Amino acid sequence: MSGFDFLTTRFETALGWGRKFSLFHYPFITACCGMEYMSAACAHFDIDRFGAGLTRFSPRQADLLLVVGTVTHKLAPVLRTVYDQMLEPKWVIAFGACAVSGGIYRNYAVVQGIDRIVPVDVFIPGCPPRPETVLDGLLKLQDKIQGQRQDWRWARKT
Amino acid sequence: MGPEDLIEAVRKRLGPAVEAATDSFGDPVLILRAEAVRPALAALREPPFDFAVLLDLTCVDFAATEGRFELVYHLYSLAGNVRLRLKASVPAADPAAASLAGLWKNAEWLEREVFDMFGVRFEGHPYLRRLLTYEGFEGHPLRKSYPWRLEQPRIPLKEGP
Amino acid sequence: MASPTRLERSARPGSMLLNMGPSHPAMHGTMRIMLELDAERIVNAECEIGYLHRGFEKTCENKTWFNLLVYTDRLNYVSPLINNLGYAMTVEKMLGVAVPERAQLIRVLVSELSRVADHLTCLAAMAMESGAFTVFLYLIKAREYLWDVVEFTTGARMTTSYIRIGGVRADLHADWRAALAAAVAETRRVLKDVSGLLDNNSIFVGRTRGVGAISREDALSYGWTGPCLRSTGVPYDVRKARPYLVYDRLSFDVPVGENGDNYDRYAVRMREMEQSLRILEQAAALLPDAPPLPDGPVIEPEEAVCRSRRRRAVERVRLPPNLEGSEKERLPGLATSDGPVTVPAKEDTYTTMEGLIGHFLFFMRGKGIRPPKGDVYFSVEGGNGELGFYIVSDGTDRPYRLHLRAPCLHIVSALEELIKGRLVADVIPTFGSLNMIGGEIDR
Ligand code: SF4
Repeated sequence: MSGFDFLTTRFETALGWGRKFSLFHYPFITACCGMEYMSAACAHFDIDRFGAGLTRFSPRQADLLLVVGTVTHKLAPVLRTVYDQMLEPKWVIAFGACAVSGGIYRNYAVVQGIDRIVPVDVFIPGCPPRPETVLDGLLKLQDKIQGQRQDWRWARKT
Repeated sequence: MGPEDLIEAVRKRLGPAVEAATDSFGDPVLILRAEAVRPALAALREPPFDFAVLLDLTCVDFAATEGRFELVYHLYSLAGNVRLRLKASVPAADPAAASLAGLWKNAEWLEREVFDMFGVRFEGHPYLRRLLTYEGFEGHPLRKSYPWRLEQPRIPLKEGP
Repeated sequence: MASPTRLERSARPGSMLLNMGPSHPAMHGTMRIMLELDAERIVNAECEIGYLHRGFEKTCENKTWFNLLVYTDRLNYVSPLINNLGYAMTVEKMLGVAVPERAQLIRVLVSELSRVADHLTCLAAMAMESGAFTVFLYLIKAREYLWDVVEFTTGARMTTSYIRIGGVRADLHADWRAALAAAVAETRRVLKDVSGLLDNNSIFVGRTRGVGAISREDALSYGWTGPCLRSTGVPYDVRKARPYLVYDRLSFDVPVGENGDNYDRYAVRMREMEQSLRILEQAAALLPDAPPLPDGPVIEPEEAVCRSRRRRAVERVRLPPNLEGSEKERLPGLATSDGPVTVPAKEDTYTTMEGLIGHFLFFMRGKGIRPPKGDVYFSVEGGNGELGFYIVSDGTDRPYRLHLRAPCLHIVSALEELIKGRLVADVIPTFGSLNMIGGEIDR
């Protein structure tokens, strides 16, 4: 039995390792933070170095949802739909103060943090966060993915 | 054409449509009677004034103090390089004004915005629908009576802090 | 549930309705375009905006004149410094204060930097969406150099809040000349590369020339301003028509197009960047170096506070890094001295009673900047066109009403008409060339 245990752990590590370096992200860009997202994705800061360079503009092909910018009540159902369309396993990063908590906008129009709509894995603060902060947040997410116990729901179902 | 000459000329052309003419921080301002807004602006659009651009259209809420909404129009004439501000008041109880749709093409969206934010109806508007907020939003956010932080979520949200 | 839109009501039975957005691969910004299609051809279109409506105007009514500056950064977030400028100058017009010449030149410098960054971003997004990814990378690279200069001086890349009512916050960074020269050279190089890649690129030209064309009359009737209006041949530029700051002393041209199509909008933006780079060089030549700080002993703020309990400190106080550039000796060149309009010198606040009182009087509720009663409209040339502020003041410490004339709103209101009768693929470059900026259009 002990040999089997050993194998399971290794498998999870390998899976986590594979997943964390092939993050296909879907940028849900709404506002100013999108400019910093552009910077982070382009040549100067190059998010590709960390294995998250491939932008998929379809939620069905993505496993990382980057919510970049303010989410208003008008947009909230859209974000929810996009999240629901993504396949498991999926992760969410709240990019910028607005996505984290509503930021400087506390009024009738803005959702006070996207964690009220979708579950969030990593919060990146800043208004807007500098590209370095974004990369840091990405690394944090990768750590998290590496350490995650795999969810074997799909295995149980079959 | 200096501001005084412009105001003189416009007053002459518009006649009784103009209630008063003032000056605010150096900008020429005309106050119009609400019923006369559409014909007056249509006249200003033609030569010799040539106000071909409707720069802006907005509204100010004086409901609590003076019982009125003030519509503010900004016109710009490319030929004369002059700007003109026109104002008209509508009663706060049942705010309605004539639409400028058909005169300027951007009027449609600008009026939708004013309708959305202040609840001023524009008669003759082909498609008066909320522009910035969503259907189901109750009230008009830029009215002074609308609480600044009253949220109206469209989907159920988890409890916030 | 929702009542049918105009498009849904008028659609012919059996025709296909397609929804683009609000979160669509080929559209930056959140906007929804509903299309009625006949095969590939667009029969009818309707745009819905407001997905980024953040209640800017309402929020401003509840903030003091000084505090709401940060919200203006986030309007046209690609060129925040021009928004700061527009707001600050509108309030200055009400207050009737004169800004020192050095501050004016710095304002010109930073707003032209922003304008170039704005055009770069617009073209980058437009090019990327029509498939030219290399161009996107190049243009964003150039933007990084420009933002380096901005960051040197203002301390932030985008949301700077650097231009304040009555002047600017701090002096330029000591090494600004070298950084600016590098940025200008780099941008020139990139522009040359990009024009080599796109100007005669048959894919790009095919998707842009003759597509999304608008006539002069229609453009004016839609209230277009800025590069989009100029692409139709109308040379209207607020910097020329109603010069502000020192623009009347600088020489630059206003490039115009002919057909008002996507290609012309691209070309006008490209040529405008050249002009802005010219302005940058002229402004840099006109700007004298910052006056040197006096020699003598320097003490830390904590020590200054301690010492001044007993006697007035004579030594110069070293400011913390975030206040670098706003030393007391430099302020006369940077901020107006008419009335309590700008933040008082920090050294005085640290060391003298009067300074402390001045500081409190500036920030206290009901005090500080209080423009006289009245309403005012003022506009500057933003990245997208005439960026105007209409402000009503009732004489208190916060505005009674603040309205932004967003150039983008007027421009995008024409989109429905521009794409009617075209192919679906034409929506993308047309939308890109209009440069829709969510923060500005929805506020
Ligand atoms: S966090 Fe700041 S920069 Fe980002 S979207 Fe919000 S206001 Fe804009």
